[in-house]
Amino acid sequence: MSETIKGIAASSGIAIAKAFKLENPDFTIERKTSTNVEAEQLKLEKALETSKEELKVIQEKAEKEMGEDKAAIFAAHLLVLSDPELINAVKDKISSDKLNAESAMDDVSSMFISMFESMDNEYMKERAADIRDVSQRVLGHLLGIQTASLAAIDEEVVIIGEDLTPSDTAQLNRNYVKGFATDIGGRTSHSAIMSRSLEIPAVVGTKEATTKIEAGTVVIVDGLDGIVIVDPTEEQVSEYKTKLATFEAQKKEWEKLVAEKTVSEDGQHVELAANIGTPDDLDGVINNGAEGIGLYRTEFIYMGRNELPSEEEQFEAYKTVVERMAGKPVVIRTLDIGGDKELPYLDLPKEMNPFLGYRAIRLCLEEQEIFRTQLRALLRASEYGNLKIMFPMIATIEELRQAKEILNEEKGSLLANGVKVSDSIEVGMMVEIPSTAAMADIFAKEVDFFSIGTNDLIQYTMAADRMNEQVSYLYQPYNPAVLRLINSVITAAHQEGKWAGMCGEMAGDELAIPILLGLGLDEFSMSATSILPARTQIKNLSKQQMQTIAKEALTLATATEVETLVKNKVLK
Amino acid sequence: MAEKSFKITADTGIHARPATQLVNKAGQFEADITLTYKEKSVNLKSIMGVMSLGVGQGADVTIKAEGSDADAALAALEEVIKGGLGE
Repeated sequence: MSETIKGIAASSGIAIAKAFKLENPDFTIERKTSTNVEAEQLKLEKALETSKEELKVIQEKAEKEMGEDKAAIFAAHLLVLSDPELINAVKDKISSDKLNAESAMDDVSSMFISMFESMDNEYMKERAADIRDVSQRVLGHLLGIQTASLAAIDEEVVIIGEDLTPSDTAQLNRNYVKGFATDIGGRTSHSAIMSRSLEIPAVVGTKEATTKIEAGTVVIVDGLDGIVIVDPTEEQVSEYKTKLATFEAQKKEWEKLVAEKTVSEDGQHVELAANIGTPDDLDGVINNGAEGIGLYRTEFIYMGRNELPSEEEQFEAYKTVVERMAGKPVVIRTLDIGGDKELPYLDLPKEMNPFLGYRAIRLCLEEQEIFRTQLRALLRASEYGNLKIMFPMIATIEELRQAKEILNEEKGSLLANGVKVSDSIEVGMMVEIPSTAAMADIFAKEVDFFSIGTNDLIQYTMAADRMNEQVSYLYQPYNPAVLRLINSVITAAHQEGKWAGMCGEMAGDELAIPILLGLGLDEFSMSATSILPARTQIKNLSKQQMQTIAKEALTLATATEVETLVKNKVLK
Repeated sequence: MAEKSFKITADTGIHARPATQLVNKAGQFEADITLTYKEKSVNLKSIMGVMSLGVGQGADVTIKAEGSDADAALAALEEVIKGGLGE
C-alpha cells in the first residue's frame, strides 16, 4: 500500500524508480563445526572467486568513470582476496578446527581488522575499513547475502540510506542513480549539497526512509516538495509524471535565460555564479549559464585518497577550471579542511569542538608546506584565466596579513624562477566568523573582495550547530541579526570600492534574494541548478524597491517577521 | 638465496598503492620472498603483511628471496622500488 514520508527537499526534480537500499546487512554467523572439510574449502574457494569477479567489474567501472586514481584502491582490495596469509589461515582453521567456512573467515579477518585498528597511525587504522569491506563481500557470498555496492549498480534506482558519505557519493553513477532519500541530514548537509551539484533529485532528513522502504519497492522521490512516496498507486505515478513534465517545462523556460546576463527589472546587473567542488561540476555550471564561479571548494582534491595531492595535480585541476570558464571570474578557496571534513593521512587530533577548532586557514598557516604547495599551483594556473584566490575562516587581520605574505613570497619565488604568474589576481576572504563581519571596514582595506559564507556565519552567529536537529530551529538565515551583519559587510566593501559576494546556500534562496539584492550584494554564488530560477526571479525584481524592503527588514525583530515581509510584499 | 637492502624515499612510504605494486610483482614468482623492516619479517606476497609493517619515508628495508627464481624475483622487485619508491 502506498505511503508518504515527509522529509526536507534537498535537490529539485522528481525520480520514480526501484529502491536500492544502502545498508549493512545482518552478518550473523552460525558458528558450527563441519566434518566435511572438503565441502567447506570448496565453498570458500567459490566465494573468493565470485568476490574477485565482482571487484574486477567495480575496478574497471571506477577506472572508466572516476579515473585510475580513484580505482587504485580496488586493486589493493583484490590483493587482499588472494593474500596467502589470510587465505591460508582461513584454510587451516577449516581443516584443523573443523570450522565452517564463514566462521573461519570471520575469525581470521576479525583478527586482521583488530590488528590494523590497534595501530597508532591514523592511515593504518583506516585500512581496517578496507579489510572489513573486502571480508564482508566474501562473508556475504558464504552466507548467501547480496552485498550492496554502489559502483556496481546497473539499473535505474533511487538510493535509500541512513546518510550518504562523501565516498558513497563519489561512487554514484549518474546514469543509473535517479534520486536518493536519507534518514538524516538537512539542506546544507554534505549529501544534500552533493545531490544539487550532481543534479540528482533528493529528499533528506526523512527519519524513517530506511525502516519504511524495502529494497526493490517502487519509490517516488519528490525533491521539489520534500516527500517520498513508497509503493505509489497508478494514479500517483501518473500524477507525478505530470508534475515531472511541468517541472521539465519550467526548466525549459529557465533555459532561455542561459546566455543572458542577470539584470533586475530596473536595469541593475548582479553576477550569478556557481559553487563547485571538482572540475567535473563544470558541465552543470556551463549548462546553467553561470556568470562565473563564486566558490571552488578545493578540499575535494584532498579527500578520498591516501596522500596529499601534488602541486602538479592541483595545477592541472585549477587550470582546467579557469580555462573552461574562458575569462569569467573563478574564485578558488584555499584548503578548508577540519571541522566535519577530515583527512585521514594528516593525522589531525580529534577535537571536542571541531567547528571551533583547528581547521581551514588556521591549519594552513601552521602546516605551511601544504598551503604553499597549493598557492604555487594556484599562482601558476592564474596565467590561464580569471583566477581569484580566497582564504577561508579568517578571524583576525593578522591571519589575513600572514596568508597574503606567504602568497607574495611564493609569487616572488615563482617569478624569480621565470614562471609566469598573472599580475592581476584578486585576493579576497570569506566572511563567516562574526569577528570579521564586525570589523569588515578594517578588513575591506586589505582585500579585493569579500565572500560571505552564510552556512557558517549563521551557525557561528546563532551558536547553533546546523547538523544538530534539536537546535536546528536556531539556524535562521532571515534572522535580522544575520541580515545586519550581511548589511555591514556589503556596506564596508562598497566604501572601499571593493565588491561583496555570497557563497552560502542563502544566496540561491528565493526568500533571501530580494533582500540581498536590496542590500546591494554584487555576486550571488549558489548551486548551479539554482542559477536560472534566480535569474528569472531577479529579472522581475526592481532593485530600487528591494532597497526599501531590505531597509525595513533590518528594523524587524524576528526571522518570521522578515519572512512574512518578503512573502507579502515581494512573492505576491 | 638472494638478498638486498633498500632505502625507501617515497614521501608516503609503502602505502596502499606502492604495496599493491610490490605484492603484485612478488606474486609472479615461485620463490618465497620476505620483506624485513625493523627486525620484523613478512611475506612479500601478502598485502596485509606488507601494509602491517607501516614502512614510512626514509626506512631501510631488506628483501630476501629463496627458491628457483630468487634472483629474477629480486631484480624485478628492485625495478619496482627504483621506479618510484626508493633507492
